[in-house]
Amino acid sequence: MAEVVWGLATSHVPSIGAAMDRGKTEDPNWKALFDGYAPARAWLAEHRPDVAVVVYNDHANGIDLDVVPTFAIGTAEHYPVADEGFGRRPVPDVVGDADLSLHLLESLVDEGFDLTVFQELDVDHGLTVPLSVWTPDPGEAWPCPVVPLLVNVIQYPQPTAARCYALGQALGRAIRSYPEDQKVALLGTGGMSHQLAGARAGFINPEFDAMWMEAIETDPARLAALSREELIRQAGSEGIELIMWLIMRGAMDERITKVHSSYFVPASNTAAGIALFDNRAPQPA
Amino acid sequence: MSTDTPAGSRFDLPGTPVFDGQTSRRGLRMNKMFMSLRSEANRTRFLADEAGYCREFGLTPEQERAVLDRDWQAMIDLGGSIFYVYKLAVMDGRSMQYLGGVFTGMTEEEFVAAMRAGGRRDTGGRRDG
Repeated sequence: MAEVVWGLATSHVPSIGAAMDRGKTEDPNWKALFDGYAPARAWLAEHRPDVAVVVYNDHANGIDLDVVPTFAIGTAEHYPVADEGFGRRPVPDVVGDADLSLHLLESLVDEGFDLTVFQELDVDHGLTVPLSVWTPDPGEAWPCPVVPLLVNVIQYPQPTAARCYALGQALGRAIRSYPEDQKVALLGTGGMSHQLAGARAGFINPEFDAMWMEAIETDPARLAALSREELIRQAGSEGIELIMWLIMRGAMDERITKVHSSYFVPASNTAAGIALFDNRAPQPA
Repeated sequence: MSTDTPAGSRFDLPGTPVFDGQTSRRGLRMNKMFMSLRSEANRTRFLADEAGYCREFGLTPEQERAVLDRDWQAMIDLGGSIFYVYKLAVMDGRSMQYLGGVFTGMTEEEFVAAMRAGGRRDTGGRRDG
């Protein structure tokens, strides 16, 4: 049977990918961010999964505003990297796992999560930057096939934090019921606090981010109880995308072990966070 | 709602536009036009006749004026989603930090400096809760 082996929560700010693509990771404005990734990357290199589910949102690249799916899943064998308007990122296209996608879809629909299905999808920085955070030098291919799980976080009403957490819990059950002997990794992307438009643009809330970083490990139900208004107030109008971390967290065990976390301001206009969790309860020393 | 809540914000959160369903309805044609600018061929056509391109997509006269004038605040006020408006900014060689400066009354350099100093904290928004 399949099992969840680890969860990686990370910001997906496009400029993080651009800094890597343009060789600026040693630049003084970026070095501390990438230094903060190093311990997670070293651990991940030793813990390669068979497949990864990446929870992310599109940003006007793969989907338009004429259809706004609240939750959606990709069921393709192949996901081209999107050209977001300035040429596509020089990273590999994404290989899918259609069998796992269809199993997750059926299982989640049976549990009452009526996902939209993408049989064709161009994936943008929301998905590829987290893969780069995990694997800075993928060469010809990413470490494993990927199942994209999309969440509407850009048009109100976004799904509630509670619904995201519940979806994650159902996702965990769906993974564990997959008959193949597969190690499954989870990526929850977005955040941390930021706001792009309005007079409050540039808003950063490190106290809230620190609370979130701690509670995502130890008390996710507390985060799931936050309202949309509270999330927008405390994390900024775009910081609400942190709800996608709760889908990752919900699919993991009640007790998990933090491998590494790091926090950095600013990645362009955003507070950037990374938190890596082993899906095993803390081991006795 | 308090009197200082800007139009378009559904919560009592000063300076925080919330891109909701009504906003998205107002902005749909304009946002679809912005999305089309991902392709080189469309950018070339847009630059050759910006007004004609806007009319092709069915923008309102106010939206067309905002686009032609590069009035970024007006584009947001008229239903633009920041992720879609950003396509036009990128085409113009503008960064998200430049837009941040426009929205907050700062130069791009001032906005970048504020972010590098840890981000904007005292923005007049409520900090309780």
